[in-house]
Amino acid sequence: MRYLIPIKQVPETNAVKMDEATGTMIREGVEAIINPLDLYALELGLRLRERTGGEVVVLTMGPPKAMEALREAVAMGADSAVLLSDKGFAGSDTWATSLALAAAIRKLGAYDLVICGERATDGDTGQVGPGIAAWLDLPLISYVAGVTGLTPRAIQARRLVEEGYEELEMDLPGLITVVKEAADPRLPTLRGKQRAKGLAIPVWGCDDLGLTQAQRGLAASPTRVVKIFRPKITRQVHLVRAPDAAAAAAAAAELAAWLRQRNVLPAPGGRKEAGHGA
Amino acid sequence: MGHDGVWIFGEQQRGRVLPVTWELLTRGRALADKRGTRLTAVVFGHQLDQGDLREAVERGADRVLALEAPPLETYLPEPYAACLMHLIREEKPEILLGAASSTGRALMPYVAIKANTGLTADCTELDIETQTGLLLQTRPAIGGNIMATIKTPVHRPQMATVRPHSTPQAPRVPGRAGEIVVRKAPPELLGSRVRRTGFRPAAEENAISEAPRVVCIGRGIKKGDHVPVARRLADTLDAALGGTRDVVDRGWLEYPAQIGLSGKTVTPRLYIGLGVSGTIQHLAGMQTAETIVAVNTDPDAMIFKVADFGIVGDLFEVVPALTRNLEDR
Repeated sequence: MRYLIPIKQVPETNAVKMDEATGTMIREGVEAIINPLDLYALELGLRLRERTGGEVVVLTMGPPKAMEALREAVAMGADSAVLLSDKGFAGSDTWATSLALAAAIRKLGAYDLVICGERATDGDTGQVGPGIAAWLDLPLISYVAGVTGLTPRAIQARRLVEEGYEELEMDLPGLITVVKEAADPRLPTLRGKQRAKGLAIPVWGCDDLGLTQAQRGLAASPTRVVKIFRPKITRQVHLVRAPDAAAAAAAAAELAAWLRQRNVLPAPGGRKEAGHGA
Repeated sequence: MGHDGVWIFGEQQRGRVLPVTWELLTRGRALADKRGTRLTAVVFGHQLDQGDLREAVERGADRVLALEAPPLETYLPEPYAACLMHLIREEKPEILLGAASSTGRALMPYVAIKANTGLTADCTELDIETQTGLLLQTRPAIGGNIMATIKTPVHRPQMATVRPHSTPQAPRVPGRAGEIVVRKAPPELLGSRVRRTGFRPAAEENAISEAPRVVCIGRGIKKGDHVPVARRLADTLDAALGGTRDVVDRGWLEYPAQIGLSGKTVTPRLYIGLGVSGTIQHLAGMQTAETIVAVNTDPDAMIFKVADFGIVGDLFEVVPALTRNLEDR
């Protein structure tokens, strides 16, 4: 079977420092990594391929530097990769991004399953996966926590929702987005790294995908960011030091009184206020 | 342009309308009033509770537009999207809001593409721009460290998902008048390549993203055997128990309880972090909580930077004392 995995290169947030003066992230010199949530998608694709045979193809849209993310995915075990890179993609919102990825998937030919991470840790929208499904008119299961069955015609999966797990079956071809539970990512191997170094990875631009001017980048994007600002920081921490057990008891009593006064405790006798009709 | 009206997409379970719908009505009512237009609550389901539909009117909807059919009993992407697209084409709303829930965050992006329009995810503020009448959609970006305001200047409807708990539920005004339209969903829209075969409830009774209070443990809890110390506090507070990525990776709590960038975003009224250091990834998942309390031995822990009340001390001394204090009242 043929598995397609769209991934994204994002800044490594572990390495990110905060600018104390502005309260924003310092992005300069921050390493770029594969979106951690996409690694679960890739791992799931690799495991399914191990079961069924076939091919795992990774694709990403980004600057030329995003080639690194594709090589890392190949080092982990992907068979081939495609980079979508073109100045015309600049300024794409999730509408234009999902259109470009959908066009690339069409160009890649027949496939069985598209696997996306739930969302990217930088944009944090979770809209591109379902968007690709809509462009390609594919059935969709989002928030997949595990694949419980797979045949050439259908996939069975558990979907994580607020109250538990839905058990679903979907006809193939189709698209799933996965959460962390879906699979525990492996590390790249030495052999994989060597293969990744030598692998020719094609770069496709807007023209290769047959996207018209009106279907590219900022011009195609229905949404516009009109303002960026720092959130109001209204919190002023009241810090109590409790170096020993007696101080801890006193601090706990002070906190309990503070919580009561703040009116954030459950109403006496009125438990389960979040339930229906509250 | 002929696009008119504010719509919210309400959610239901087993025919009962979910509280997140009342939050959407708060948002929708404010926008409809400012825009001088009608607020419609759209609900899909099977055997919807009529009292709940009336309640939607009492909580601010000028009209409830419900489609019913057995396949609409639970969210399935294709029939839900087809029915919503059918209504959008028929009536051309100007604004459409959904919840940033597992349903809304899958349905809305699918429909936005089919409707050829823009969508802004997980908004925490919404407003109408006075001069243009456009929807201003504001959301946290880069893990909540900056806010971005986004517009959809040309395409309609202007679509946004709204973060749960980012606004209070619309108050109920008994006797408030409004129209309730319940129709059978057109059968040709109900085909689905996804089928629901079962459901397994979560182990935690109180789902963490819906909980009004959350107790969260970090690596400072030291071992899985210590989790009951935090659970007892959570039970006393009627709070859900969550954990940082460290705690979940060590298997002390299950993944659905993970709070942070690779887990859940929570916006409870009260968050209490126990032995949580406050990595950027964790802060991104909780810093919009209304009240934040932290207990940590390290006075320099990042969590204190976003906290309202902090105790620098040993959680194993503080938490049992706090639990006792809260138990006898």
